[in-house]
Amino acid sequence: MSSDAHGGPVLTSSGLKHPYHLPDPSPWPILGSLGGFLTVFGIVLAAHFGNYVVLVLGALTVLTTMFFWWRDVVRESRIPGAHSAIVQLGLRYGMTLFIASEVMFFVGFFWSYFNFLIFPDTQGNGQTVWPPSNVHTFDPFHLPLLNTMILLLSGTTVTWAHHCLLEGDRKGLVRGLGLTILLGLSFTACQAIEYSHAPFAFNGGGVYSSVFFLATGFHGFHVIVGTLFLTVCWFRARAGQFTPQRHFGFEAAAWYWHFVDVVWLFLFICIYWYGAGQIAAE
Amino acid sequence: MAAISDTHSHGHGDDHAHDHKPGFVARWLFSTNHKDIGTLYLIFAAVGGTLGGLLSEIMRAQLQFPNNHIVTEGQEWNTIITSHGLLMIFFSVMPALIGGFGNWFIPLMIGAPDMAFPRLNNISFWLLPPAFVLICIGLLMGESGSGWTLYPPLSNAIYEPGMGMDCTLFALHLAGASSLLGALNFIVTIFNMRAPGMTLHKMPLFVWSELVTAFLLLLAVPVLAGAITMLICDRNFGTSFFDPAGGGDPVLFQHLFWFFGHPEVYIMILPGFGIVSHVVSTFSRKPIFGYLGMVYAMIAIGVVGFVVWAHHMFISGIDVDTRAYFMAATLVIAVPTGIKIFSWIATMWGGSIELNTPMLWAIGMIFLFTVGGVTGVVLANAGLDEVLHNTYYVVAHFHYVLSLGAVFSIFCGFYYWIGKMSGHQYPEFWGKVHFWLTFVGVNLTFFPQHFLGLSGMPRRYPDYPAAFAGWNYVSSLGAYMGGAALLVFFYVCYRTFTSKAHVADNYWGEGATTLEWTQTSPPAYHTYLEMPRIT
Repeated sequence: MSSDAHGGPVLTSSGLKHPYHLPDPSPWPILGSLGGFLTVFGIVLAAHFGNYVVLVLGALTVLTTMFFWWRDVVRESRIPGAHSAIVQLGLRYGMTLFIASEVMFFVGFFWSYFNFLIFPDTQGNGQTVWPPSNVHTFDPFHLPLLNTMILLLSGTTVTWAHHCLLEGDRKGLVRGLGLTILLGLSFTACQAIEYSHAPFAFNGGGVYSSVFFLATGFHGFHVIVGTLFLTVCWFRARAGQFTPQRHFGFEAAAWYWHFVDVVWLFLFICIYWYGAGQIAAE
Repeated sequence: MAAISDTHSHGHGDDHAHDHKPGFVARWLFSTNHKDIGTLYLIFAAVGGTLGGLLSEIMRAQLQFPNNHIVTEGQEWNTIITSHGLLMIFFSVMPALIGGFGNWFIPLMIGAPDMAFPRLNNISFWLLPPAFVLICIGLLMGESGSGWTLYPPLSNAIYEPGMGMDCTLFALHLAGASSLLGALNFIVTIFNMRAPGMTLHKMPLFVWSELVTAFLLLLAVPVLAGAITMLICDRNFGTSFFDPAGGGDPVLFQHLFWFFGHPEVYIMILPGFGIVSHVVSTFSRKPIFGYLGMVYAMIAIGVVGFVVWAHHMFISGIDVDTRAYFMAATLVIAVPTGIKIFSWIATMWGGSIELNTPMLWAIGMIFLFTVGGVTGVVLANAGLDEVLHNTYYVVAHFHYVLSLGAVFSIFCGFYYWIGKMSGHQYPEFWGKVHFWLTFVGVNLTFFPQHFLGLSGMPRRYPDYPAAFAGWNYVSSLGAYMGGAALLVFFYVCYRTFTSKAHVADNYWGEGATTLEWTQTSPPAYHTYLEMPRIT
C-alpha cells in the first residue's frame, strides 16, 4: 500500500459499473449440501445396516441440485453482459484450481501405491516384493493398452471438435464431440470387462487390490463424470450455444477430459506396466 | 486520509439505491452475499467454539484431581478429546478466520462487489452444519475415540467398530469439501477482482494471508480426503491400506494425514497473522514495517510448510536420516516466522501506540504465539522429541500457537471489525476485562502443562499419578477462568448488539488505511457497485 502520508491507498471512483456477475439468491447450494449430508450419512447406514434408502435419496438430491444449478449457469451465460470477459476469466481460474485440487486427490493414491511399491516390507510382514508374490496382475499390453489408445484417441477427437468450433463448423464439432463421448463410453466398458475378470478381489484381497481398485476406480469415476460433462456439451453444441468466441463450457470439459487422460497415463505406466507381476492367464 | 473522506461519499449514493435486502429465507438460506455468508460463518464458529470449549471444561474438571470420576470411561474420554480437537479446528478457528473474516473483508479490502462465485460461497458455508451434525453423532454415540489425528489402528474397525467413527470421518469429508470450494473461491476473487490500481504488491496483508491460506487448503485438503477415503474403505469395504495383515502400512496413514495436517496448522494461523498486522499498524499509527518482507515470509511459511510434515512422526519408526531432514526443514520455518514477529515489533517501535482492546489482543497474540513458537523449536529437535512426544509439553506447545495464537487473533479481529460489521461499537471496558481474564486464564491453564510434560505426564489420559496433582490443579483453575472469560465475551456481544450508538465510517482514525474503512459502518448491502480506483 502506498500513496498517502500513512501508507494507505487513496480511493477514487473509476465511474464505471463493475463488470462482475452477482447472481440472485439461489436455493441450489443449500439443497446440494443437504444432498451431500444424506449421501454420506446414507453410505454409513448402508455399510452398517444394509439400508440404502437414505443413500439413494441423497444421490438423487445431489443430481437434482447439479442439474438445476448448472441449468441456471448455462442460462446466465446467455444473458448479455452477465458472463463478461472478466467473469469468464474467473471461470477459467476456477476450473484450473479445481483440476489442481483433483490432482492432489490422486497424489494421495499414488503416494500409497509408491509407498507399497518401494517399501513392500514396511511392517515386517514378510512381503519383500511388489506386487505381492501371491498376486497375479493384468497383462498391461492387453486391455490396459487398448484403453490407453482409446483415451489418447479421444484426446485427439476432442481437439478436432475444438478446432471445428473455432472454425464455426457446428457439424464437425458435434461429430468430434460425439466420437469423444463414444470413446469415453468404450473406455468405461473395457474397464468394466477388466474388473469382472480381475484375478484379485477388492474385499479382503490385500493391499494390491486395495490400491489398484481405489486408484483405477476413482479414475474410472472421473471418466464417467467427464463423459457426462462432454455429453452436456454435445447437446449444447447441437443447440448452437457455442460460438467461436465464447465456449468456455466446452473448454472446461476438454480440460477435464485431458486431466482424466493424463491420470490414466500415470496409472498405466506406474501401476499396470511398471507394477506388473506374474501375469494372470486370460 | 483526507482523500478518503472526500471521495468515499461519491460511490455511496449509488450503493444505497441498491440496498434492498431479500426476505429472510432468501437472505439467510439462499444467500449470495459475502457479508451475510461471513456473518453466518462467524455465528457458526461461535457455536462450534462454545461446544468445543465446553468439552475442554469437562476435561479440565476431570483432570483437576487425580483419581477423579467425572468422566467414567476411557472411551468416553477419548471421544471427548477427539471431538474437542475437531470442533476447535474445523468448526471454530477455520470458519471464523477464513469463512468469517475472509468473506467479510477480502472483497471489502480489494474493492470487489462480492466473491467470484457467490453461490459456491453459500454451499461452502452450508456444508458445515451437516458436518457438525455428523461430528455430534460421533460424540454422542461415544464412538469416535481415535483422537483428532484419526490414526489407525485406533480408528479401524477392530478398535472403533461403531458407525459414530464413520460419521466423524464423513464429517471431515464434508468440511473438507467446504474448505476446498471456499479456497478456490478466495483465490479466484483475489486474482480476478482487485480494483484497478491494486497490484498484488499493494494488496493488504490480510488479503495476502488469506491467499496463501487458500493455496494451502487447495493443495492439502484433497490429500486428507484421499486418506480418509482409504480409511473408510478399510473400515467398511475390506481393503487393507493401513492393515499389516493384508500387507498395508499404518505409518502410511500418518504420512498422508500430516501431509495435510501440517499445512493445516498454518492454515489456522496465517489469517491471524494478517489480522494482527492490520491491528498493529492501525494502533501504532504507522504503516506495517517491511510490507514485502511480511508478504514473502507468509509465502515462505506456506511453501516450507508442505515439506516438514514428518516432524509429527519422529517416534513412528522413520529412519534417522529422514528425521534429520525433517528436523532441519522444520527449524527453517522459524526464519520467516521470526521475520513476521520482528516486523510487528518494528512496526510498534516509535509508533504512537494506543492500547485499546484490539491492540491488547494483537500484542497478546504476538507474545503468546512467540512462546508457542519457541517451544516449537524445542520440539522440532528429533532427539528432544524422543522424550517430549505425546507428553503435555506438546499439548502446551500447540495450545500456545493455536488457542493463544489463532484464537487471540480471532478476538483481535472481532474487536477491530465488529463496529464495521454491525455499526455498533463494543464496550471498551468489558472488552479489556475479557482480554485480561482470558490472558491470565489461558496462561494459567497452559503454562503449567510445560512442567507436566517435562516431568513426563502423557497426553490423552483421563487420570495421572498423584505426583502431577499440583500443576494439574492450577491448570484446571485457569481453564475455569478462561470459561468465565467466554461469558464476559457473550456479555460484550450482548452490549454491542443492543447498543444504540452508531459508529463512523473510520472509527479508528488515521491509522486504519485499508479500503473497508472507506465504507459505511455497517457497509451497504452491496458495496463497490461502481468500480473504485486505487491511486
